[in-house]
Amino acid sequence: MELSPDASHHMKIRTGPKGALRHSSEKKVAVMDGNEAAAHVAYRLNDIVAIYPITPSSTMGEHADSWAEGKKENIWGAVPTVVEMQSEAGAAGVLHGALQAGSKATTFTSSQGLLLMIPNMYKIAGELTPAVFHVAARAIATQALSIFGDHSDVMAARSTGFAMLCSNSVQEAMDFALIAEAASLESRIPFVHFFDGFRTSHEISKIEVLTDDDIRSMVDHTLVDAHHNRALSPDSPVIRGTSQNPDAYFQSRETVNRYYEAGADIVEKIMKRFHERTGRRYRTFEYHGAVDAERVIVTMGSSAETVADTVDHLIAKGEKVGLIKVRLFRPFDVKRFFGIIPKTARSIAVLDRTKEPGSAGEPLYLDVVCAVQEAFQQGFTHLQNHPKIIGGRYGIGSKEFTPAMAKGIFDHLGEANLKTHFTIGITDDVTHTSLDYDAAFSLEPPYVTRALFYGLGSDGTVSANKNSIKIIGEDTKNYIQGYFVYDSKKAGAVTVSHLRFSPTPIRSSYLISKAQFLACHHPSLLERYSMLDHVQFGGTFLLNSPHSSNEIWKYLPAAVAKQIIDKQLKFYVIDAFKLARDHGMGGRINTIMQTCFFQLSHILNTEKALAGIKKQIVATYGSKGSDIVDMNLKVVDAALNNLHEVKKPDALETFAHLAPLVSDKAPEFVHSVLGEMIAGRGDELPVGAFPADGTYPVGTSCWEKRNLAQEIPVWDSDICIQCGKCAFVCPHSVIRIKIYNPEHLTKKPDTFKSCAFRDRDFDNCAYTIQVAPEDCTGCAVCVDVCPAKNKSETRLKALNMQPQEPLRESERDNWDFFLTLPEFDRRKINPQVIRLQQIQQPLFEFSSACAGCGETPYLKLLSQLFGDRVLIANATGCSSIYGGNLPTTPWTKNAEGRGPAWSNSLFEDNAEFGLGMRLSLNHQAERARFLLKQLSDEIGRDFATAILLQEQKNESDIYDQRFKAAALKEKLAALHSPEAKELLTLADYLVRKSVWVVGGDGWAYDIGYGGLDHVLATGENVKMLVLDTEVYSNTGGQMSKATPRAAVAKFAAGGKPGSKKDLGLMAMTYGNVYVAQVAMGARDEQTLKAFLEAEAYEGPSLIIAYSHCIAHGINMSTALQNQKAAVETGHWLLYRYNPDLAKNGGNPFILDSRSPKRKIEEFFSMENRFKMLKKIRPEEAKKLEKKVQEDIDKKWHKYDAMARQNGTKDKR
Amino acid sequence: MDLSTTYLGMKLRTPLVPSASPLSEDLDNIKRMEDAGASAVVLHSLFEEQLRTEREELFNHVMRGTHAFSEALTFFPEPASFQVGPEEYLNHIRKAKQSVRVPIMASLNGCSVGGWIDFAKQIEQAGADALELNIYFIPTEMEMSGREVEDVYLDIFKAVKSAVKIPVAVKLSPFFSSMARMAKRLDDAGANALVLFNRFYQPDVEVESLEVRSTVLLSTPQALRLPLTWIGILYGKIEADLAATSGIYTALDVIKMLMAGANVTMLCSALFRYGIPRITVIENGLRQWMEEHEYESVEQMRGSISQMKCDNPSAYERAQYIRALQTYKSENGIKKNGYR
Repeated sequence: MELSPDASHHMKIRTGPKGALRHSSEKKVAVMDGNEAAAHVAYRLNDIVAIYPITPSSTMGEHADSWAEGKKENIWGAVPTVVEMQSEAGAAGVLHGALQAGSKATTFTSSQGLLLMIPNMYKIAGELTPAVFHVAARAIATQALSIFGDHSDVMAARSTGFAMLCSNSVQEAMDFALIAEAASLESRIPFVHFFDGFRTSHEISKIEVLTDDDIRSMVDHTLVDAHHNRALSPDSPVIRGTSQNPDAYFQSRETVNRYYEAGADIVEKIMKRFHERTGRRYRTFEYHGAVDAERVIVTMGSSAETVADTVDHLIAKGEKVGLIKVRLFRPFDVKRFFGIIPKTARSIAVLDRTKEPGSAGEPLYLDVVCAVQEAFQQGFTHLQNHPKIIGGRYGIGSKEFTPAMAKGIFDHLGEANLKTHFTIGITDDVTHTSLDYDAAFSLEPPYVTRALFYGLGSDGTVSANKNSIKIIGEDTKNYIQGYFVYDSKKAGAVTVSHLRFSPTPIRSSYLISKAQFLACHHPSLLERYSMLDHVQFGGTFLLNSPHSSNEIWKYLPAAVAKQIIDKQLKFYVIDAFKLARDHGMGGRINTIMQTCFFQLSHILNTEKALAGIKKQIVATYGSKGSDIVDMNLKVVDAALNNLHEVKKPDALETFAHLAPLVSDKAPEFVHSVLGEMIAGRGDELPVGAFPADGTYPVGTSCWEKRNLAQEIPVWDSDICIQCGKCAFVCPHSVIRIKIYNPEHLTKKPDTFKSCAFRDRDFDNCAYTIQVAPEDCTGCAVCVDVCPAKNKSETRLKALNMQPQEPLRESERDNWDFFLTLPEFDRRKINPQVIRLQQIQQPLFEFSSACAGCGETPYLKLLSQLFGDRVLIANATGCSSIYGGNLPTTPWTKNAEGRGPAWSNSLFEDNAEFGLGMRLSLNHQAERARFLLKQLSDEIGRDFATAILLQEQKNESDIYDQRFKAAALKEKLAALHSPEAKELLTLADYLVRKSVWVVGGDGWAYDIGYGGLDHVLATGENVKMLVLDTEVYSNTGGQMSKATPRAAVAKFAAGGKPGSKKDLGLMAMTYGNVYVAQVAMGARDEQTLKAFLEAEAYEGPSLIIAYSHCIAHGINMSTALQNQKAAVETGHWLLYRYNPDLAKNGGNPFILDSRSPKRKIEEFFSMENRFKMLKKIRPEEAKKLEKKVQEDIDKKWHKYDAMARQNGTKDKR
Repeated sequence: MDLSTTYLGMKLRTPLVPSASPLSEDLDNIKRMEDAGASAVVLHSLFEEQLRTEREELFNHVMRGTHAFSEALTFFPEPASFQVGPEEYLNHIRKAKQSVRVPIMASLNGCSVGGWIDFAKQIEQAGADALELNIYFIPTEMEMSGREVEDVYLDIFKAVKSAVKIPVAVKLSPFFSSMARMAKRLDDAGANALVLFNRFYQPDVEVESLEVRSTVLLSTPQALRLPLTWIGILYGKIEADLAATSGIYTALDVIKMLMAGANVTMLCSALFRYGIPRITVIENGLRQWMEEHEYESVEQMRGSISQMKCDNPSAYERAQYIRALQTYKSENGIKKNGYR
């Protein structure tokens, strides 16, 4: 066996292109991620770019939009037109049209987005239209949504007739984008060019950038002309899109065969041409490994690089292994594929990154089986044996795929009994598909520097690391890799940065398991993650801590201290927070920690590193004034002076032992499954630990104590006026109010606060406002809204922020005690008055939404008012993420076990999803009433009639009906007829149930509008709550039709020129829809009223709720003031349209806003989304602002006139 | 009749100059000021804090919440360039210079020595004819002596002065233990003019909401006495030009200031209250008064009733104060207990 660099003959050892960078002057080298790499080419080769945001592809569209905004030209000297559509289906439609009309057009998408494009993809392919869709491949929502990477989406589109070309790395994402474009033009087959979501789309790497000349040289202009000449034109008209009958369709379908037969050859030819131009050699299938390999893995995507590394390692150990990289998956060239299999092959494992339940095997596996079978059948085999072929699944939903797993598969291929449909990377204890492997096997070569950084989203860790990568990537010949693992929580998000630096190209497409350098940027993270597992023996550990090098041992968790000693780590501390504060940099410790990294990692010598950092500082902050530059430069020097090595401790027994992350009191499932996920050990959970159908318990967020807040609100009962506003606005349901009999106070903890409830109707009730100290995010919205000031010291209110740590223990006890106090009887609470209504128990608590979120208070209110009888259909978006992102959910239940039943279907179909729930409830209630009538003799006529006639308008009514339903069930249990048994299962449907459809503006105004409109038109009793942030918040702030004029958003980088769609007005035109527009921060009682009225209305209701958002660029602590300004300037009107009022001849429309008393300018100046435009394009901003003011004035007059209209009764 | 005056080495058609105010943020207003007869315009102030923090604040807003959550790594498109306060201001100077013929003076407002001072150079490069440096410092530190306070003013001034070649005027407040000495020190340090006085926006208390409010009050005609006093005192004793500001509403107010020794009189509250055309009204009034009283030029009346040139120099001093009180008492018949 020999390693040979000669790649000319496929039976020798062949190695794929390593993408060796040439640092010659004519080559441009740059640091970027896979999305930018693909978009770089796509933008230059297209005229029309139709986009829609979806993770992880969104940034490709964002780049295209920004470039177009900056008037960057494509290779033909034109600025492409970038258009955001209402959905991916819309984007695909635009593409189809643009292509038919002769333009070069492209799009970027992922997952459900690609699925929405499929109908048009069939047509585009059927019409032999050259085009490339660039896809950051991602899982598809099944038992749960996953934003992470696998090939489920592209595999779902594999029958559309699109060619499919897969790139494995950032360099390839750029190269294959070009190869796909060129091949599509020549073959007339449209291409899906895809790469692994996150792993490649978000990995940062140093690559050779294709120049415009490179791109031009690869595109044959006559082919572009030919495409153009096929355009539909009235100057030489033809028709397409005919409908064909049985006599013609089949034959027509076969006309395309020769194009697909030629497809692979064309791609090969273009790859050859690409090699000549760039020196990088690719093939449709590539073999990498021993010439005499007996065991072969076939795979596609970034995993191929991991397998390649493993192959090299195993060959060096004398093993006979090989790898076939599949690059062109469609059209699948059977002969070419078969020809590349080494003749010595005995066993082949085909890896698929998708799951096709119920199939004979996953797609790539089936293709390989087919290829081998055909070859043997047709007798063109060169193989010495008929190899055994097995298929396996790996990496689904971004599950890691490591060299250890690749080795495990090779090991298995050497065994006698092969698993035909295996999984790798998980433990399947149910159907036993999983292969065992030695997880300790690692391929990290010593010459690669590996560094891990644990930080919080807010501290700049990722930005600092991106800077470090730039410094090293651009100033040295090192290859670099940056991969960042983000949190699934929005508030208090943790980031882990994985950085590799190497003198040779880096192929490792997996996380770092053995780092030489590990930095913990936030001491609290030490308690939550066993991060030192990932440092190698003798490595370096840097900790940001307020404790000095002499004292630090006292404060380390025992397990951490033990690892430092056992692994003989070089251990350093720095108090970066203090340094940052002292240098006027607030919480931004990025520059400090970056400096320490360079000082300790020795990647560059100190002098060079410092020069690099300082250069970067000037580049980043230079334009921001010399003060900021000076500040950062000074902190660099200070960092070096304050970095201290920690000496070994004298004794070990003083170490702190950590409390378990999840309380022992938690239910078994929470403890053993969710708790493991909370602790970051979810990967180790076996298949059997998980529910098979995606059903999870509610009420789990309370077990995940995250202790995010540095400061929490503390109640001063003397000052408090008991208005309830703090609890009303609390986005995380951590401020709770209870009234109760003072008798319960006998066992109260010492510091538990209580006072008399000041309400004449509730004599002798005690009153407490209690904060959940470990769940609070410290957003301080409650303090901002508190109207009660301390008369002796006006800076103090009834709620004041105080440091959490000293209060943690005592407030934890108080909170636990508070929870033992009984909930007040809901029937006695008047829900129309906030201070009373807020006594209702929230059934939505401790969500992972951003600190200070503007959406969650509305959901909490919904849960308080109707939570014990509501089904919630939640559109995909922020609310589905903080509402249903494992491990825990904020939706919970009350002591009786009742609470919201929640589900998320899709982004686009939420209203329909909710309507389905409604129809089902109606049907079951009807059936129950029918059965009840039938059984009335056995149950008792009077009792049955009482149930059937029970009104259910208020809490008391509903309670009464519940009692009756319970009594009915008791009676039914004694009966044995089939009807009685059936009614027993349906009895609860006799109690009123509500359906609330919840989603953001992206859903309601754009992608789901058609459904929303239709469901409103059905007149069914479905309630819709639109959490209007005026932007696609979850995917990072892209424009929606709810985005106001003049706001800067992604896809509206130059400020949105058009005005906001008036969804409420459109809904009102139906006449029978309850419509309200609310803004909690402006008039809370109007919000409450609207929720109550919407629920009470026997028909469709629509509440559009203004929700401030981090994407507005505002101070979240005082965000309610922004809401107030939005209303007072007329940007957001408050109103209610209640068709019930018209029944009596009145005017159904009530305008709750007063005439605008402030100019829009005032509101605009409070929010970065508007301010930015002034800073980018002052003239345009001025023009738009003027227009907005005119819009507002007009709108106000229109609405005012509507409110003044007399009802029909008065007209008569 | 010659209404011209000299200020900061420039010959101005009249002594009527709109002072730094938000009015000059609008280019159209600057044109209107010229049309109404303003002989120069002082632009609105660019604040040290704006220079220091505005871009950082924007930057922070753009960066907030970024790189934390996998679906939304950022929340805003990153524009190639921001035009934050400073650039906007420079553009404004350029545009103002293109739009009007009268001199344009920029205004920088600050209270500490720092990197922001470099910006003076860019103001010069943008074409400003002069720079008014408004030093606005509220010394609340118990340990700080009066001398140290004065030094802060001088350090800032020197740093700015050494950065530019265009003339630099200093606008300051009257709250010094020794106003005359302060004026002299600035004069010695090379100040081309003193602008008297700065108006501190003193806060108010809102008793309903229990908040401290900082709302701006327009100056009243009475406010003119303070600058009048000090211009009268300083005239002829320092080399720097003198600009009067605060409480100038009418032609008579202008005349008083000129007679006390001002090179120019600056208008702000009057323009807010009565509109920009007020400049024309005042100029006409000035012209008419001078005609009626047979003055040939502004230069002729300038400093004519300053302490140095008036017939009763003590009128500017303490002795006169006692007499004034006596006179007030007898004229208004105030009784011993203070009530009439």
